[in-house]
Amino acid sequence: MSEVKYSKKHEWVSIDGDVGTVGITKHATEQLGDIVFAEVPDAGKALTSGGEAAVVESVKAASDVYTPVTGEVVEGNAAIVAEPALINQDPEGKGWFFKIKITSPDELAALMSKADYDKFVEENPS
Amino acid sequence: MSHLKTALFDFHKASGAKLVPFAGYEMPVQYPLGIAGEHTHVRTKAGIFDVSHMGQFSIIGDETVCKQLEQIVPIDLSLLKLNQSKYSYLMNDQGGIDDDLIVTKLEDRISIVLNAGCKHNDIKQIKTVFKQPAEFVLHDELSLIALQGPKAVSILESFIPGVSNLKFMNGGSFSFKDKSVYVTRSGYTGEDGFEVSIANELAQTFCETLLTNADVAMIGLGARDSLRLEAGLCLYGHDLNPEISPIEADLVFGITKHRRETCDFIGGSVVKDHLTNGIKKKRVGIQPEGTIIARENAKVFKDDKEIGLVTSGGYGPSVSAAVAMGYVDFDCSEVGTSVELEVRGKKYPAKVCLLPFYKKSYAK
Repeated sequence: MSEVKYSKKHEWVSIDGDVGTVGITKHATEQLGDIVFAEVPDAGKALTSGGEAAVVESVKAASDVYTPVTGEVVEGNAAIVAEPALINQDPEGKGWFFKIKITSPDELAALMSKADYDKFVEENPS
Repeated sequence: MSHLKTALFDFHKASGAKLVPFAGYEMPVQYPLGIAGEHTHVRTKAGIFDVSHMGQFSIIGDETVCKQLEQIVPIDLSLLKLNQSKYSYLMNDQGGIDDDLIVTKLEDRISIVLNAGCKHNDIKQIKTVFKQPAEFVLHDELSLIALQGPKAVSILESFIPGVSNLKFMNGGSFSFKDKSVYVTRSGYTGEDGFEVSIANELAQTFCETLLTNADVAMIGLGARDSLRLEAGLCLYGHDLNPEISPIEADLVFGITKHRRETCDFIGGSVVKDHLTNGIKKKRVGIQPEGTIIARENAKVFKDDKEIGLVTSGGYGPSVSAAVAMGYVDFDCSEVGTSVELEVRGKKYPAKVCLLPFYKKSYAK
């Protein structure tokens, strides 16, 4: 079972060895509403934690998706580009955004556990 | 600064609305159904919009009222039949549009619905052209509630008998719970529908009554925006502003035919010049070729030259595609012209297209 960590910007990263799969949380999708467009990074792109990594758009507005970890993109999820509604349907499963080869594993310590993230959302309702 | 509230504020809150500041008011942007769900609900059933933030303005007086108002609103009000409504705008002396509006002719008055953010300035501007006495009333005691969608007619008829006889852009006085209401068959969604002017005290009861029909839902400003954009309708302050003429905005139908010849209204010389000598930029529909969404202020390019700007853009749930409108150089305004839209620093192919993106026939 891979470990899942959460960021304050409402991304999750599921860690499997040195590769992390990144997406946005169910809470984030509920805030966004119906997602109608997604843009994911190409393989090979270098990303720095906290930096812009992908784009998600609802009917209402465009939002950036940030990477919670530094590394090099292994794969962007073409499925959500073709069918953005997948992000609403299965945000922490089929609705993943990209896989990244983690180069600074120390950063993971700063991310939250599921329980801490749920508490964070409860304390910071938007 | 505290925001103004409509008479339905508490009702919106109790209905689970997300409230946002809009034109000085705190207004519902969406309800639990969500923007796309609300949008589709209006296209298939019927939705209630609280548009009470808009100015319901009356000019009461003798037969001189029309002639005076015509100095600043470029239609021929004498051609309007009793209870007939017309879309037009308030002109400024630069030939630009200070606001777009709906005028209705009543027995003893001209009634005008003004945009919320413009209404106080509009009234100031209208008063400047009046030399003969008239009474000006901004009806803060009235709410304005729209019911829009293909089922609006049968639903409203069941609660206010007689409204189904109204033709599009016509109104009349009816009764609801023994109180008089003024109903027009109009709206701003591209759907058949009605706008009901009703006493503030009755507004909530009216909504609750409509909602007893399972096909009715509350709709927020978010879906109002996507509905009007699909219908190719302008949003003042975005697609229209004081520096854009009606000709550039492709809204010449808001000027009565014979007044396009005379141009005898404020800003008329600019309009005349635009009609005679042509315009440099024009409002057009823009259809992105892929799924990219170009929103307001996205730049439009043709052969690497910047030729325009998107003024409204988003996703159209009923056409399942990205839609936009904006202003481009006149040379590039022909339908079918290939252009590019700049989104997040990258350019994406698009085509100038006809408006609206979504078309429905109205009850004529």
